[in-house]
Amino acid sequence: MQKIKPLDHLILILGALFLCVPVVMALMSSTHAAIDIHSNGLYITPGSHGAETYTKVLTSRGGFTGDVTGLLMLTNSMIMGLGFAVGKIVLSMMAAYALVYFRFRFATLIFWAIFATLLLPLEVRIMPSYQVMSELHLLNTYTGLIVPLLASATGTFFFRQFFRSVPDELLEAARIDGAGPVKFFIDVLVPLSKTMMSAIFIIMFIYGWNQYLWPLLMTTDESFFTLMRGIKSILQVWVGSQIPDYNEAFALAVLAMVPPVAVVVIFQRMFIKGLTESDK
Amino acid sequence: MAHLSLTNVGKTYGGSAQAAVADVNIEIRDGEFIVLVGPSGCGKSTLLRMVAGLETITQGEIRIGERLVNQLDPAERDIAMVFQNYALYPHMSVRDNMAYGLKNRGESKAVIEERVAEAARMLELRPYLNRKPRALSGGQRQRVAMGRAIVRQPSAFLFDEPLSNLDAKLRVSMRMEIRKLQKRLGTTSLYVTHDQLEAMTLADRLVVLNGGRVEQIGAPLEVYRAPASTFVASFIGAPAMSLLDANVENGQVMLDGHALAPVAHEAGPVTLGLRAEDLRITPGGVPMRVDYVEELGAQRIVHGFVGEQALAIIDTSEAPLPETVHLGVAPSRVHLFDARTGRRIETASQPVAVPAE
Repeated sequence: MQKIKPLDHLILILGALFLCVPVVMALMSSTHAAIDIHSNGLYITPGSHGAETYTKVLTSRGGFTGDVTGLLMLTNSMIMGLGFAVGKIVLSMMAAYALVYFRFRFATLIFWAIFATLLLPLEVRIMPSYQVMSELHLLNTYTGLIVPLLASATGTFFFRQFFRSVPDELLEAARIDGAGPVKFFIDVLVPLSKTMMSAIFIIMFIYGWNQYLWPLLMTTDESFFTLMRGIKSILQVWVGSQIPDYNEAFALAVLAMVPPVAVVVIFQRMFIKGLTESDK
Repeated sequence: MAHLSLTNVGKTYGGSAQAAVADVNIEIRDGEFIVLVGPSGCGKSTLLRMVAGLETITQGEIRIGERLVNQLDPAERDIAMVFQNYALYPHMSVRDNMAYGLKNRGESKAVIEERVAEAARMLELRPYLNRKPRALSGGQRQRVAMGRAIVRQPSAFLFDEPLSNLDAKLRVSMRMEIRKLQKRLGTTSLYVTHDQLEAMTLADRLVVLNGGRVEQIGAPLEVYRAPASTFVASFIGAPAMSLLDANVENGQVMLDGHALAPVAHEAGPVTLGLRAEDLRITPGGVPMRVDYVEELGAQRIVHGFVGEQALAIIDTSEAPLPETVHLGVAPSRVHLFDARTGRRIETASQPVAVPAE
């Protein structure tokens, strides 16, 4: 038995509180009326307006066109997150497959070129990307929202490292078993990469979910609004004597947290399972 | 089932001036078990992989049956291979591992089912068919790898050091199983190993490779009795044959100034090869200074020096040894090699034919 050390626990408890309290406060405050929050500050105890706030946030029509509901924004964010995660996994797996298994000249050079794009975040290349999408008439489409950001250096790098760790004999056995490049990829590599795929899925889903700047630029049509933009627009109404709907902003923030948390919880299970079970 | 023929086969890797494998000529009869043996880096695995189609062939021709396979894909060569690390698909069950190759060839479900069941019965894998490879022991994984080869019913089996990942005891029993299985199936087999014991016990014929070239091809006993070169002599047999500088004078091999045995060879320096198990301790012979003794129970290996040259002999007595013992050897068990080239010198006193044991 290890001795319980009070100091260690104190540090752990403080750390946990530091991370949890803001979330709890957001959740609790979202159940109070906007006016109370404005006058009394944030709450740490539950209030009585919870149900109506969440119903309103999810269903009431807002925005300039009056067509934007919370549910629509949630759907849009979901499409972004899933589109990003799935698209990036597919694309970077195929890129890594080509880099690792096909013998072509300059493969290493190409890989480092891809890797170097990590140094160029979206913000640096946002103007040319916008230009391209605009000329392809892809503004205000899901394609325009998702496709330009699909190329992933991170994903390609992870999958490349993983494929390189797969024993060569497996490829050779598959060749003798009569599996061509496509069959080998689908029958052997994809099932082996499950763990890797779930890890990348977590990272990329959250990356897509949290996108703010890109959708802001790419879409002017309000039916493409994502949750991130919704939260922002609620707080933008501070004109004249109007009080921003703090409670609604908090409710949206809480809602925005649910899917990423769910993704992490679901895939972490698979992730850990994959890690502990795989034994080559 | 087919015979296999390698004609002037060679391999030179791009950017390398020296050939990894050169001028290999082997005719393998239908159903024969051939073992390629040699130290690491001698090209034995490269040669096997060239037969499998995993390495390109830069010179010569390989034929399986009557088909020239130089340009064919591994899958089209009608061979099956067992790898050192088994190379089982970790995400597939034992059944799927065995069936995968057949599925890719478009065999019908019934045929696959029947062949997998047959292989599982032969290899005693039936209780494990639904398990994943990671839930199997090393020996069981090895069986699955062999099962995967058997279900294909190929013209030839290729084994790439299949036993080197197993522990010593399992290796011996698997060795016997492989041999029995091959006999029963009668499939032409090519087996690569660096373990001379494995090579001796498994092979119908041995191919000893050194530096990418064939040193000797022959039945295990032939190779043991009449090694073609000092390399083969030191590689086959344990403990290794002692190789000593000696002289032939007046029809006698002279070792450190003492006559050892009569030989019919012209006078001059030679390399003398003596197997530990052929040497006897006799009163009056070549004196050897005892260095140390390895007790093995049934016998002991006595290491010592004649002059400045190391020598080992096997002794079956248990009597304490004096500091110096005297050695004798039957003239027919004396091996002579050319002092310069290391090639065997055939002498009249040595019967080339292998006497019946």
